[in-house]
Amino acid sequence: MSSVKTKRDVLGTSSLRPDGGAKVKGDFAFTSDLHAENMLWGATLRSPHPHARIVSIDTTAAWKIAGVECIVTADDVPGQLTYGLISSDQPVFAKDVVRYMGEPIAAVAADHPETCRRALAAITVVYEVLPVLFDPELAIGDDFEPIHPDGNLIRQQRIVHGDTSVVGDVIVEGHYVIGMQDQAFLGTESALALPDADGQGVEVFVATQWLHEDQKQMAACLNLPTERVRLVLGGVGGAFGAREDISLQVHTALLALRTSRPVKMQYGREESFFGHVHRHPATVWMRHHATNEGKIVKIEARFVFDGGAYASTSAAVLINGVTHTQGPYKCPVAVVDGYAVRTNNPPCGAMRGFGVVQACFAHEGQMDKLAAAVGTDPVSIRLMNAMETGDLLITGQPVESVAPVARLIRETNEIPLPPDLAIDANELDLPGGSGITAERKHIRRGIGWGVSIKNIMYSEGFDDYSTARCTLSDGKVVLKFATSEVGQGFVTLAPQIARSVLGVTDAVCDTIDTQIGSAGSTSASRQTWMSGGAVDGACRLVRERLFELVGAQQNIEPIRFAIEDDEIVDTAGTFRMSVIEASQGITISETFEHHHRKTEELDENGQGNCHVAFAFVAHRAVVDVDPELGLVKVVQIATAQDVGQVLNPLSVLGQIEGGIAQGLGLAVMEEIIVQEGRVRNPSFTDYLLPTALDAPVVVARMIEEYEPQAPLGAKGVGEPPCISVTPAIVAAIRDAIGKDIDRCPVRPQDICL
Amino acid sequence: MSTNEFYSLKVNGVDHHVSDAWIGESLLYVLRERLGLPGSKGACEQGECGSCTVFIDGAAVCSCLVMAASAVESEIATVEGLNADGTLTDVQEAFVTEGAVQCGFCTPGLVMAVHHLLDENDSPSELEVKEALSGNICRCTGYGRIFAAVDKVVAVRRGALS
Repeated sequence: MSSVKTKRDVLGTSSLRPDGGAKVKGDFAFTSDLHAENMLWGATLRSPHPHARIVSIDTTAAWKIAGVECIVTADDVPGQLTYGLISSDQPVFAKDVVRYMGEPIAAVAADHPETCRRALAAITVVYEVLPVLFDPELAIGDDFEPIHPDGNLIRQQRIVHGDTSVVGDVIVEGHYVIGMQDQAFLGTESALALPDADGQGVEVFVATQWLHEDQKQMAACLNLPTERVRLVLGGVGGAFGAREDISLQVHTALLALRTSRPVKMQYGREESFFGHVHRHPATVWMRHHATNEGKIVKIEARFVFDGGAYASTSAAVLINGVTHTQGPYKCPVAVVDGYAVRTNNPPCGAMRGFGVVQACFAHEGQMDKLAAAVGTDPVSIRLMNAMETGDLLITGQPVESVAPVARLIRETNEIPLPPDLAIDANELDLPGGSGITAERKHIRRGIGWGVSIKNIMYSEGFDDYSTARCTLSDGKVVLKFATSEVGQGFVTLAPQIARSVLGVTDAVCDTIDTQIGSAGSTSASRQTWMSGGAVDGACRLVRERLFELVGAQQNIEPIRFAIEDDEIVDTAGTFRMSVIEASQGITISETFEHHHRKTEELDENGQGNCHVAFAFVAHRAVVDVDPELGLVKVVQIATAQDVGQVLNPLSVLGQIEGGIAQGLGLAVMEEIIVQEGRVRNPSFTDYLLPTALDAPVVVARMIEEYEPQAPLGAKGVGEPPCISVTPAIVAAIRDAIGKDIDRCPVRPQDICL
Repeated sequence: MSTNEFYSLKVNGVDHHVSDAWIGESLLYVLRERLGLPGSKGACEQGECGSCTVFIDGAAVCSCLVMAASAVESEIATVEGLNADGTLTDVQEAFVTEGAVQCGFCTPGLVMAVHHLLDENDSPSELEVKEALSGNICRCTGYGRIFAAVDKVVAVRRGALS
């Protein structure tokens, strides 16, 4: 980037968000801010029971309430009665049976949210309560009657790799428990549906991660041609996986079509806890075999992911979990059994880290046990086993990505530790903070490590391509794509790409909607690679056309042209012309689809090249613990992350710090408490999120090693930060108090009882 | 259920008539749905997240917890009132340049909270900043760039004074 003369926000600069000004002024239109003339409000009736037969639904009294315009139930769904990302197993509305607490049964449209609330209260549903399947272990065998026609086992996958008869000199074993985490995006689910005048179509503004997948599922349920369900991305207040599944999309559109009026739906916080899938709670058993020095020779493992009542993406989460059993370490032999099961607990699906969070919590716990067993330290054991490019995974897949695992560990280790806690430390700086509960003399400090590997893009043969169009006219570029902007900053990156490729300054993003091909989901750390690749490809096609035009005018072979800063230059002559001048009075528009390389499904032994690429990260946590009250303060997180090429340092840092906060949440505070299928804490008063006071000092190093497979040399950076920070913090707590803790989040009673 | 009586709210120095409102409506609801001021956001409905932060007679409050009708005698200031002249305040500018904005849902509330903090204390300690902002939840940034934005404003204001 050193040749850049002008201050254009090209790749590699900390270009600022184009929506930043609107967002700080409160002008940015989130979906929940949208209004339409003559608009009705929609609301959803939900099951109070985790498992019950619906004996009857009586809406008579609700219809009589002034202001109520529409009530719909399963009988009113015009098309397919179910939806789902991988298998279509979730009813739009429960008809005969409810399978989780909060499952939708009916929806109403009325003139005011309060009228909606009264209407919902006036609907009488008679239930016959059924036994609740809440123990995922009971879902594996035939011990519990199927709670769904598709059965209680969503997917099972075995991995058998290498000579399984091998036995290590040293064997360590652990059982690990990972709690149910909520994505807790701030902007709850929201949509505004506008029916077409002819009643045969609908336009829906929605906060989602994947417009085209929503469109497909909605069209099937609404029994409309796909092109008559037009989706526009409304402003999205965070996502983190929770907007991958359908929530209120079909309900809102159905109410709008039935009433021929615009309908807006928006969940409150409590409803949001019931309205989207969560991170899978899981139990993981692992047994590591190693040489006397500590080199891993075999891993045995068993995973159980509780998928809750409907499949969502559980099948893919399971595969991510089992295929990441070894972590970022060499492992020649493995026997792994994994199960994703159906229960009457809340449905679980995508959340940042997607199955790898659970695997990492276990394998990092194991690495520390192994270090202790062979008499070495957490850093040495990880360096000794660190994976390198070319190593085989336990699936038999070679790691072709850049894999600087040892470097990440070393660079993290070089980051200075924070100063010791002063003897006279401010009591507000101690665990417990302004509660002033701790005494300095009781506080113990600990240090812990976590290192992880994360696949990026979709796996198992899925072609999650992305589409983009670039239009150049009079020196200005307009970029069109369906890539969901959920806060991650693709609307910042896309114009940077155009500026770098085409030498323009003025590059803007068009409306994000379904009027162009799919971009795939904003998930799996994939949009910089996939949609970045699509924008890059479209811009390059436009550049070729521009070179051809200028070449014809100047009688120069187009191949001799290059973009240098904001000019087209003849690399074999003296001709130069600014891109603005060259594109005056013309319009060049090109569309490009970026596809990643093909992947394979796993065979019955879990062998196959199922993933596209991998990213790595190391975390070191320093914590202060009050062992008497079980309180923890995370003092510092040091991290080195494998990012490929840095395209926007400020954006990357934002992802690193934000991911670390979410990983901290899972480590010490965030858990949806579910008792026999009932959610006990669906509010921000009872589900605790990290605040400014919980934020540790983060010292981050971005390890730049250009990734040759990636269109821009850059790896996705969204998920890795939240994955290994959780086990690092829990390891630091173990280090501080000398107690084996096998679950996250760590609760006060896990420390002090 | 509704009332034909109306009341007035003084928001950002302008009197707004609120008619046909239900008595139980929160200030947040009235601002957003009746007065066309959607800058304040709702994310928890119970005063935990700070997304709906406004000033009532100079005090920073969660507007989701205030009944609109109870604020009739007060001066209400919302995020929309920060930019009467069309330019960004120093706090808003710093949020953009320091990377404190991602999804942006918490941002208006945090901008209000930071203004309130720095109006009361022009050189807060790190702990004072954290305490002052601990009522505003941000799920995207991990707070690091928000602290950087606060530091920037403090430094710039200090520079302007000296």
